[in-house]
Amino acid sequence: MEVDKELLKHVAEVARLELTEKEIREFLPQLKEIIEAFSEIQKVDTKNTRPSYHPVELKNHVREDRAASCLTNEDALKNTEHRKDGYFRGPRIL
Amino acid sequence: MNAAEFVRQAKSGKIDPVKNTKKFLEESKKIDSDYHYFLKFNEDAPKQAKELKKGRLYGLPVSVKDCICVKGLESRAGSKILEGYEPVFDAAAIEKIKAEGGVIVGKTAQDVFGFGSFNVNVGIGYKVPKNPFDKTRATGGSSGGAAGMVQKSELPHIAISESTGGSIAAPACYCGVYGMTPTYGRVSRYGLMDYANSMDKIGVMAKDIEDVALVMEIISGYDERDSTSKDLPAEKYTEKSDSRFRVAVVKESLGKGVEQDVKKNLIAKLGKLKYEEVSLPLTFRYGIQAYYLISLSEASTNLAKYCGMRYGKHEKLEGNFNEYFSGVRSKNFSKEEKRRIILGTFARMSGFRDAFYMKALQVRTKIIEEYRQHFRKYDIVVTPAMPNIAPKFSEIDKMTPLENYMMDIMTVGPNLAGFPHLSMPSGFSKGMPTGMLIIADHFQEKKIIDFARSLK
Repeated sequence: MEVDKELLKHVAEVARLELTEKEIREFLPQLKEIIEAFSEIQKVDTKNTRPSYHPVELKNHVREDRAASCLTNEDALKNTEHRKDGYFRGPRIL
Repeated sequence: MNAAEFVRQAKSGKIDPVKNTKKFLEESKKIDSDYHYFLKFNEDAPKQAKELKKGRLYGLPVSVKDCICVKGLESRAGSKILEGYEPVFDAAAIEKIKAEGGVIVGKTAQDVFGFGSFNVNVGIGYKVPKNPFDKTRATGGSSGGAAGMVQKSELPHIAISESTGGSIAAPACYCGVYGMTPTYGRVSRYGLMDYANSMDKIGVMAKDIEDVALVMEIISGYDERDSTSKDLPAEKYTEKSDSRFRVAVVKESLGKGVEQDVKKNLIAKLGKLKYEEVSLPLTFRYGIQAYYLISLSEASTNLAKYCGMRYGKHEKLEGNFNEYFSGVRSKNFSKEEKRRIILGTFARMSGFRDAFYMKALQVRTKIIEEYRQHFRKYDIVVTPAMPNIAPKFSEIDKMTPLENYMMDIMTVGPNLAGFPHLSMPSGFSKGMPTGMLIIADHFQEKKIIDFARSLK
């Protein structure tokens, strides 16, 4: 697989990052080197091995269906600069 | 004076918690001006020290790594993107500390979101903490401020910190203090800002193993607000057990690339204790790759929420959704944050997911089993905590990002596999501390603490 400028720009766009030309020049050889080193992992035989999404065995915790206190509207909006009528105000969609 | 002795004296009236808190803040600010261990001081701490519960931490100064939420105290995970964020709640571990009368004195410096082994990957415009033994060297990361302050402070103090791939063990080793990383799920992650949610663990740093035992006893335990919290009662770590330990040293951890004094000090620390050598070939060959592929994949989704809308840095609402979010993120994320988000996004993308992310999860299963086969025979597995002494900043500057990542060779294994581990000072080399890593099976923290006591 070719790790090139186009792929890097595409991945950055998916991640909502705008890279400058200087950043692209710096990151590209670094990412090539890292991805090549990480590709080594494909040598491990993992046939019939289940993936571990967590390191310890976990069970689903189901809580009782009861009313409990939660974040107030005031607290939820406490850290935003963009609020209107008790809601978050975001950038335009269209 | 350790924490328990401090609390005894505070309860008996020999120490005044208010005066002590003021003194601690003064001392910390003085140290901070030279060493940069704090991102935020809690100026209300002396006032809060007037109304403490007379619990097991009564009056004790407690610093908190920046990525752990403290109500009303700016918490940024070391990143500029969270500048100005003041949590409206305490993390579960902090609730417990406060309930026992601990005094939160401030937020300690770290690599952005835990992204680093040396604490040089600080947020845009923030200062890099310096090693307490030599200012030209790194503290280790990512919990560099916590480890540096524990070592440098003359006053009793414990630090609450966090590890994903070695962020407690590495700085504890480089700064010559104890650093305990519990089993994944032992301490609630409620209120911890995620780096990699399947590996993040809140732990403790202290100068004395008894302080580690005390704080671990307090912060451990089930919490229904964390879906990955284990439904197990906290153990009595402060009660000493005279156990005999079956000990193994990992052969690969004493091989090429590990400094001679590090190996020599580890063997000397074990003294006359009988041990056998075991091998962890898969962990030492593929642990770094598996760790980074999983942690960066998780990080790239966890950091998606930082987009300038709900908390942290905001910009003027201009452009459409994508333009606005991309603008905020590009301006306020540092290079290392961008690098890791890009790598993680790549590993999860359609066409690459099976080859990288899923493969790494399967390798994690094999690595857990590789350790497990030894834990069927041994109580404790030992390696150096880091392969070297703290590097100089001039040496770190010459490293590529990949060389940086490779430095985590000792710590990624137990972190990836969720095993509890303690970094314990093992001696000195060229005036700098070296450390050993004591690892045990899941939820066997008590064995680790008792073993460390036996070596003290």
